[in-house]
Amino acid sequence: MNLLFDFTVDKAAKTVFITREFDADLSLVWDAFTKAEILDQWVAPKPWISKTKFMDFKVGGRRFYAMVSPEGQERWAIQKYTSISPKTNFKMFNAFADKDENPELPGSDWDYTFSEQNEKTTVRITIYNESLARMEKMIEMGFTEGFKMSMNNLENLLASLSQK
Amino acid sequence: MRRDIFQAIADPTRRAILVLVAVQAMTPNAIAEHFDITRQSISRHLRILSECDLLAQKQEGREIFYELKIDKMKEIDTWLDQFRKIMQESFKRLDEVLYTIKNKKK
Repeated sequence: MNLLFDFTVDKAAKTVFITREFDADLSLVWDAFTKAEILDQWVAPKPWISKTKFMDFKVGGRRFYAMVSPEGQERWAIQKYTSISPKTNFKMFNAFADKDENPELPGSDWDYTFSEQNEKTTVRITIYNESLARMEKMIEMGFTEGFKMSMNNLENLLASLSQK
Repeated sequence: MRRDIFQAIADPTRRAILVLVAVQAMTPNAIAEHFDITRQSISRHLRILSECDLLAQKQEGREIFYELKIDKMKEIDTWLDQFRKIMQESFKRLDEVLYTIKNKKK
């Protein structure tokens, strides 16, 4: 099945826009983004797993979770819900944290909008980063094989450097 | 003294430092936490990398951060491309999760 996926970046506005369609009804997709037991099944990039320590999905509530590597390395992050319109929209502030829930600022603002048509649900995500460079850490958590991928990147970076 | 870039990256610790600061600018302390060697050796590695023009220093408040010295925009493009792939893969997993839940309901 061909499901829409769109990813655009506005560097000047330091914002990333993502649109993705899902083959499920709105209430199920909403649950998949707002319930820890479902979130933990899909958000972590392989081979990392997501482990939610607590999640209080209400305005002012927080989710404290870790991405855990196969070696047991934990990368903690904290999300604070700043606005919730059930089954329509929610906003949160996401920041990396230490294991004692102390956030590392600045973080990023995430805005999720849900809509349903023809039994498919579209999710529109807007991510605003105070600094685009800060996104790098977000991406760091997505390394599929620890540092391997960054090593490959580094090779490219070094290659481009040596051409200067 | 101007050093050779190949000398800089010949050492595994220095390569690892470059990987760390490629991800984000870091203080010497934060870098040292990733290694089981003395702060002094870390400082020496940082000095060599700086002399090779691979690291830039920037002051933020009282802290000094080291960052990889490259065309920043190009780097960001690379990272964004990875982020795109990560999101895409997560969503594919979610497709499977949704499919499983839907089938259970039937």
